[in-house]
Amino acid sequence: MELVYVAAIGVLTGSGVWLVLRPRTYQVIMGLSLLSYAVNLFIFGMGRLKVGHPPIVDGTGVTDSTLYADPLPQALVLTAIVIGFATTALFLVVLLASRGLTGTDHVDGREPPA
Amino acid sequence: MNSWMHHLPIFPVAIPLLAGAAMVLLADARYGLRARISLLSTLAQLAVAIGLLYLADGGAGVWPDGIGVYLAGDWPAPFGIVLVVDRLAAVMLVLTAVLALVCLVYAQAHWDRAGVHFYALFQFLLMGLNGAFLTGDLFNLFVFFEVLLASSYGLVLHGSGIARVTAGLHYIAINLIASFLLLISIALIYGVTGTLNLADLAVCAGALEGADRRLFESGAAILGVAFLVKAGAWPLNFWLVRGYSAACAPVAAIFCIMTKVGIYGLLRIGSLLEPTGAPAAFSLEWMFAVGLATLGFGSIGALATQQLERLAGYFVIISAGTLLTALGMPGVTLTGPALFYLISSVLGTAALFLLIETIQRTRTLGAELLAVTMDAFDLDEPLIASHSEVVVGVAIPAAMAFLGLAFGACVLLVTGLPPLSGFIAKFSLLSAAIAAATGKGPFWEAWLLVGAVLGAGLAGVLTLVRLGMRIFWSTDEPITPRLQLAEAGPVAVLILLCVAMTGAAGTVSAYLDATAQSLGRPSTYIDAVMSARSVRPLTRGDAL
Repeated sequence: MELVYVAAIGVLTGSGVWLVLRPRTYQVIMGLSLLSYAVNLFIFGMGRLKVGHPPIVDGTGVTDSTLYADPLPQALVLTAIVIGFATTALFLVVLLASRGLTGTDHVDGREPPA
Repeated sequence: MNSWMHHLPIFPVAIPLLAGAAMVLLADARYGLRARISLLSTLAQLAVAIGLLYLADGGAGVWPDGIGVYLAGDWPAPFGIVLVVDRLAAVMLVLTAVLALVCLVYAQAHWDRAGVHFYALFQFLLMGLNGAFLTGDLFNLFVFFEVLLASSYGLVLHGSGIARVTAGLHYIAINLIASFLLLISIALIYGVTGTLNLADLAVCAGALEGADRRLFESGAAILGVAFLVKAGAWPLNFWLVRGYSAACAPVAAIFCIMTKVGIYGLLRIGSLLEPTGAPAAFSLEWMFAVGLATLGFGSIGALATQQLERLAGYFVIISAGTLLTALGMPGVTLTGPALFYLISSVLGTAALFLLIETIQRTRTLGAELLAVTMDAFDLDEPLIASHSEVVVGVAIPAAMAFLGLAFGACVLLVTGLPPLSGFIAKFSLLSAAIAAATGKGPFWEAWLLVGAVLGAGLAGVLTLVRLGMRIFWSTDEPITPRLQLAEAGPVAVLILLCVAMTGAAGTVSAYLDATAQSLGRPSTYIDAVMSARSVRPLTRGDAL
């Protein structure tokens, strides 16, 4: 499972970096989205991958920490998703404003000389 | 009284949050009310910050060792989120509040009406800044970074226009990627140490070995890179000049302190991790080299530039370079003088940004741009006229003389010429470095620092004098600008503050030296945070 997970993060990051380096704003925002998915998965993975382990202690007695998943990265990733979503939405607005004002979707606001 | 004072650290975050949230609900047209709420909120923040400055120095005996810990959710340290006030945080809070107050007054002249939600975004920016200075938790630091960045995205676009939107696009993209780096590093560090509390981290990091140690060092290095992007270090600062010069004047002025948040992060986390064998980007040689390169880039950029706004951006870079070089100087501690330089350069560059906007009015281009902006937001003249004439007051006579004098003072401040505080800052920095070089300290590094700082100063003087001559001594169509009190006042206040800092240099640097010493003793910070107990008794359920 770890291998698949790591490969997924790697592919997402690689595609994200390539897209961010492209000259069109739409490619940049897709790249940023892919990067944010990769980062979110990475944060989640840092809590170690466990299947079928609850993250919440019920407080009735036995507390063997190996039986539970680490709840903190899950909380962190939730925060990161919310923040990433909001900033991506904001970037989308700026992207549209830039398109409207400059008439081109080039990141520099003007087409490179042919 | 005493228990009330213990709650003081939460106020710099809570006040702007509530004020900003309240202003979002107000109708768009109520500029007067918004301006008053913002001023009140910022004044309250200044009062709280000064109170914290006094308490952090052991005043009133609330925090005898100079470190105040506030358990935000009343959970003890490694589990709950803590806010920590020490001298460094208090100094940064006061600096932020002062700068914010000045920028707000300036913005009331007309910029607050060039777009929507200026005051609300401004308060959220202050919340992010204050929170970043106060927090003692790594992930909380990221959250406050995002708060301040999100509002800065809005502010950099304030006034709109092609230049701002394209510069803003780059600014947002770069900062989003820097935030991803910050997240990756935080996740790595948490994965290895199992903690996000800075004090706890400083304890755990020392115990790591082998593969864990290397992973932790990679995490810390990525964290360092994220902070260097924010600090505007070469080669991660190509966004800075364009973004800052496109932003409107009061926004650019408050942005002067935003690059210092990166420096603050490096300083805070660097000082805590140093005894554990500070890894990669926090280690001194790297920061020193990066600082030198930044200084060089800033100097060359300043020499090459023809526009005042861009020049001010390069001064922000030079200031960051000087700080990184001074803080990264191996072998000796220049933290005290560096902090003095930080305060002086923030006030100086902010004054320059505010001044430039009024100077541009002596040239026709600036007035045209302003007209376009006003046009874009459907602001007709009567509103502006009624506001400025009745509320703000009459235009100052001899505006040109004021501009010239203020420009001269700014040149002295940002380039570090005598007699203002810029000179004292640079002098104490250089004398400490030279003293280290003549002793057993690092010889080459010290002289490199001296050379680079003086070279940057020379480049700055050359460019400013060249541009100043062209503006003030030129004969072609001199337009005497209309200057409102709300525009001249803030610039004058900033310069007078620097004059006051020059007069009280002894007191200020004594406080900053105490700050540097407490940074040199991270164990006090760690003990204070780890020994903080919650107010309510722990029940059995909590103990689990």
